[in-house]
Amino acid sequence: MKIITGSDLRTGDVIWWTGEGWSRHVNDAVEAGEHAEAIIARENAKQIVTDTQVIEATRTDDGVRPAHIKDRIRALGPTVRLDLSLKPADTDAGTWVI
Amino acid sequence: MYQYDQYDQAMVDARVAEFRDQVERRLAGDISEDQFKPLRLKNGLYLQLHAYMLRVAIPYGTLSSRQMRMLGDIADKYDRGYGHFTTRQNIQYNWIKLQDAPDILADLASVEMHAIQTSGNCIRNTTSDQFAGAAADELVDPRPYAELLRQWSTFHPEFDYLPRKFKIAIIGSETDRAAMKLHDIGIQLVQNDAGEIGCKFYVGGGMGRTPMIAPVIGDFVPPLQMISYLEACLRVYNRYGRRDNKYKARIKILVHEIGADEYRRQVEEEFKHILTLGLEPPAAELERIKGFFEQPGFDANASDELDLSDPDFALWVDQNVHAHKQPGYAIVNISLKPVGGIPGDATADQIRLMADLALEHSFDELRVTHAQNIVLPHVKKADLYGLWQKLDEAGLASANLDLIGDIIACPGLDYCALANARSIPVAQKISERFADLGRQRELGELKLKISGCINACGHHHAGHIGILGVDRKGVENYQLLLGGCEGADTSLGTITGPGFNEDGIVDAVEKATDVYLAKRAEGERFVDTFRRIGMAPFKEAIYAKETANG
Repeated sequence: MKIITGSDLRTGDVIWWTGEGWSRHVNDAVEAGEHAEAIIARENAKQIVTDTQVIEATRTDDGVRPAHIKDRIRALGPTVRLDLSLKPADTDAGTWVI
Repeated sequence: MYQYDQYDQAMVDARVAEFRDQVERRLAGDISEDQFKPLRLKNGLYLQLHAYMLRVAIPYGTLSSRQMRMLGDIADKYDRGYGHFTTRQNIQYNWIKLQDAPDILADLASVEMHAIQTSGNCIRNTTSDQFAGAAADELVDPRPYAELLRQWSTFHPEFDYLPRKFKIAIIGSETDRAAMKLHDIGIQLVQNDAGEIGCKFYVGGGMGRTPMIAPVIGDFVPPLQMISYLEACLRVYNRYGRRDNKYKARIKILVHEIGADEYRRQVEEEFKHILTLGLEPPAAELERIKGFFEQPGFDANASDELDLSDPDFALWVDQNVHAHKQPGYAIVNISLKPVGGIPGDATADQIRLMADLALEHSFDELRVTHAQNIVLPHVKKADLYGLWQKLDEAGLASANLDLIGDIIACPGLDYCALANARSIPVAQKISERFADLGRQRELGELKLKISGCINACGHHHAGHIGILGVDRKGVENYQLLLGGCEGADTSLGTITGPGFNEDGIVDAVEKATDVYLAKRAEGERFVDTFRRIGMAPFKEAIYAKETANG
């Protein structure tokens, strides 16, 4: 599947297109479909998101998994500071990245 | 230390106000990201994997305790309680909000700091010897010249849009502690047979995807003509540097392609012309600057005696304390490389503690090193034990300077948008594998440097052991390099062969150290043994009975 990601303009937080808006959680990401570029153009124009791009991902039993490690790290947070990641209580969260 | 005059302060304050307006316009949607991006980069604000990252300039790595304390406060107030000291002697914050950036710059300006020249194709923050003004082997204190370079290069209109970024280092000792020959321009202050001081110019070095050691271009330039010679070097580069291909745009490519002799000829021609223009700063200005770097008020009766009865303290003194030019004083290196830690990271509390210790014990001065450590340059030997105890309580007393545990590592793929692989986990695993300090000391000086991509922010080319993270079809892979070195005997590392996965690279490093221990001659460092016996024995051991996953 193809999903859309970007960064919150104000905070720089990693965000994912949910079909209706933006979420901090990759599991909320939806298939962008054939209108991905149009969605990006429209959302960029709202000036709330920046650095938008379409990336490859798969939907698994555990949720949405970006295809590239860089995007998985973006989705989780730094693997060396899980306390600062989106799963601070999950000491095994880093294995999802690899 | 240098202190801003009204011009310095006015320039920095104006820049803060300008950027505040630019951020407000961006947040209001009045300017697009394409318009805004070059503006934020001019103020050191990058967009990285998880948030905005602010890189703060620390000119020639020198800080007062007030400035250091502000860096800790910023980490708490605007970031997540820590900062990352970099190989450019700067500090980076990884979790900055765009809306906070102008306030951070204002806070920095209140202590004579900024984030200018930490990004973009300009002359970047000049680096220098972290022992400047203190080292026993120093010929000339390079800091006044570094400050002159700072003033000359800041907002220099002719060199604000160079073909690529431009890095300068300046040293005043025979010992090169600044990796000078691996800079676009390295300047070494030297003395001729007549006892005169001059500038030796090395031009066209660098790391990155095409590492090169800078050749000597100017043998002996009078210090008062240093700026004119720099202008000449930059002008020739600005005129002929490749702007059509960013991978061939650094000055090292120009010097290599036209040859050092032809580049030197053109620089000399330009230099003669520039000398007729009277562009040099007046000698009085250099003298004024020198006045800020007078020797601190040392105690002439300070004792050289040390009580080394505490074995842990004795180890730390042996490894982390360096000779000072003033009897009774020492240079203290604070390692930011605890076992299993993140190289270069320090918490806000640690940063403030180091500021307090500098105020109390080091004439209010600290230095950041390109090896991502902190230096207290002027500590009375009688104070060392008490200082060490306070450092130890704060987790800052790792006695591993220049040992295998003193790893340089870039932020890598855990933070950096350019990276291909993670650097920090590899550094942590190696640090843990070699956690035993006795084992580290048995290996002796061994500089291990890790980069998460070819841009080489982790200086992997210059590591006795270097590691380069690459992306192989979406999987992290690590190449091993041996034989790199910075300093007077600068050399570039050679790749051993196929790469490894994360665990494999740690094993490969250990095997390389085993070969060294087996083959070394008396007094040889790792890199010396490598140079003597060559790659073959290392390669044989590293790849024996192993199927590299590359």
